[in-house]
Amino acid sequence: MAEQTIHHQEPNYLEYQGKYKGLAGWLTTTDHKRIGLLYFYSMMTFFLSGVVMGLLMKYELIAPGEQIMGAQTYNGLFTLHGLTMIFLFVIPGVAAVYGNFFLPILIGAKDVAFPRLNLASWYLYIIGAIVVLISQFMGDGPPDTGWTFYAPYSLKTNTNVVAAVTGAFILGFSSILTGLNFIVTMHRMRAPGMGWMRMPLFCWTLYGTGWIQLLATPIIGITFLMVMAERLLGIGFFDPTIGGDPILYQHLFWIYSHPAVYIMILPAMGVITEIIPTFARKTIFGYTAIIISSMAIAFVGYFVWGHHMFTSGMSSTSRWVFSLLTFLVAIPSAIKVFNWTATMYKGSINIQPPFLWAIAFIFVFMIGGFSGLVVGSLATDIHVHDTAFVVAHFHYIVFGGTGFAFFGALHYWYPKMFAKMYNIRVANIGLLIFFIGFNLLYFPMFYLGLMGMPRRYYDYIPMFEPANLLSTIGSWIMAIGLTVILVNLSRARKMTGKAVDDPWDGKTLEWQIQSPPTVENFEEIPTVTTGPYDYK
Amino acid sequence: METTINPSVDLHRDDTASKIGMWLFIFTEILLFGGLFIVYSVYRFRNPVAFHLAHQELSVTMGFINTVILLISSATVAIAITAMQKHNKKLTMIMLGLTLLLALVFMINKYFEWGAKFEHGMYPGSELMANLGHGDMLFFSLYFFMTGLHGVHIIIGMVLLTITLIKVKSGAVNAGKYQLLENSGLYWHLVDLIWIFLFPLFYLIH
Repeated sequence: MAEQTIHHQEPNYLEYQGKYKGLAGWLTTTDHKRIGLLYFYSMMTFFLSGVVMGLLMKYELIAPGEQIMGAQTYNGLFTLHGLTMIFLFVIPGVAAVYGNFFLPILIGAKDVAFPRLNLASWYLYIIGAIVVLISQFMGDGPPDTGWTFYAPYSLKTNTNVVAAVTGAFILGFSSILTGLNFIVTMHRMRAPGMGWMRMPLFCWTLYGTGWIQLLATPIIGITFLMVMAERLLGIGFFDPTIGGDPILYQHLFWIYSHPAVYIMILPAMGVITEIIPTFARKTIFGYTAIIISSMAIAFVGYFVWGHHMFTSGMSSTSRWVFSLLTFLVAIPSAIKVFNWTATMYKGSINIQPPFLWAIAFIFVFMIGGFSGLVVGSLATDIHVHDTAFVVAHFHYIVFGGTGFAFFGALHYWYPKMFAKMYNIRVANIGLLIFFIGFNLLYFPMFYLGLMGMPRRYYDYIPMFEPANLLSTIGSWIMAIGLTVILVNLSRARKMTGKAVDDPWDGKTLEWQIQSPPTVENFEEIPTVTTGPYDYK
Repeated sequence: METTINPSVDLHRDDTASKIGMWLFIFTEILLFGGLFIVYSVYRFRNPVAFHLAHQELSVTMGFINTVILLISSATVAIAITAMQKHNKKLTMIMLGLTLLLALVFMINKYFEWGAKFEHGMYPGSELMANLGHGDMLFFSLYFFMTGLHGVHIIIGMVLLTITLIKVKSGAVNAGKYQLLENSGLYWHLVDLIWIFLFPLFYLIH
């Protein structure tokens, strides 16, 4: 890649003092790197509270009967767990944190196209989060509908659905504006010589994600507005007693919420695609194929929403069409896995924590993907619909996919973001514990679902006890692993000594600049002369 | 392949980028209403007779006048942009003022139209509406919701145009730098475009 002159006397983005200092300086910043960190810290807060809710639910399920909470509390808890994890963590997730931080650097730009809009997106995100939180304490108690707000129950329940839906609506706005910003950034801000086909693949996945955010999110926005209107004004849209159609609600909801899965997973795949060539010391295998498959996932993913509704009343034609399209979307995902493994083939693999996270990602993503085919087939879906099997499936994809990529990215880019190196050994041990705990937590749910245990129940019959006990123990092990990982990373922050600028010997632009980057990233915009993964 | 640096990098200003951004935002607005058009089509398909009868309650004249008003206002905003390109600040301001005036007339018209309905006890949540048949109920729910949301967009557009007008007056928006004017104009065309679809769907259906 391009040669870059390094001026170490420039203040880095962490030390830089603008018009305001300290906290005010952070809250008024338009620096994409600082905004990335604002997202990071707020997101980690929500993620950890979501984890605590998950642990409480798993504890409730340790044995049949009531342990620590009643049915209504459990309903409120899984709703809030879903809202927090989906809307506050995985949907913005990788794109908002690492996209903000690294997209401009990866394409050789000084910032995103609309820096102030970028800050506004973060504020919308925080306002949305606050409104969601308020829904817990206002009115007649926390919503108990699940994060899907299915009509007509969401119209009938006395709990505070309106506030929760308003929060999700605002979060949608934040998501749209981030996607818009990234698309324009990639169209307008690429450095000289950085053609579209020289962009790092993480950028390409952000590009696909941006389009899904733009084209899918408005649908859920209007759907939530209709739910609000129906609850507040008694306008009939989805309530069958006044002529509405609850199935139509499900369609509208999933027209957004299925593509939302690709909003979560595409940038995660992008991160993995960055990590693997760096540690295999080889050019990525099938650069163009990865771009095409990313765009294909974004495109086909828009047309598969009906597979969430196989059991809720659809014509048999729509059923097999949606099932076929669902199978089609598995193809580009599989292409990516082939590309990743083919990149490693005959590479000089340098085993480091980010690489191990990438491998762990591929492993859990494969399990999640294959179980997706089970729920995507018409006959088997009838059997496992609304069971713990589905819960296991999407946790393998959403947590195993996006979550693993999120932590993989953190370990990969940590030395660049903070110019500190964490303890490699502890990082590996943390990952190992986390990985064991993760599989012990979610794998038994596949078995439970196949045996017929429904999801979202706070109680169950005694035959499910052993597998549930195993799953709960898994949740504790995973929590220990997570603690080890996070303590290791936060201790690294306080270590003396500075990490080198390019600890992994990476070739993309972010490794050519100093750590932590200066405010403007590049003192001089680089001229790009080669592809992004310029290894032997 | 580009070999020169995009000059906006150091100017901190890129008109093309703002224009692309505005267009992308307009896509999202169209999809927002797109969701409603789906709902409309589904319910219209299921209740063709009720929708036909219900639409006769609406005044085609009122709808027609509002359509003409919005079409003219789209023209005036377009003239405002061209006038700015031709360095005619005064004409720009007159045309923006005229656009705002037309928008206001649209809203007043809408106020009387809705007001008449409200007087007859026809408003969301009213007893009259609750006692309607399912088809009529859906028609009027959609009518109030879609034209209401469109009205909100008119108000947002008016705020945008007012800000633009103030900035044109102060010279912050000028012949060399008029992207804000162009973006507000684009937004105003969007508001007009959506009405072009709402008018036949509610007032003219057979």
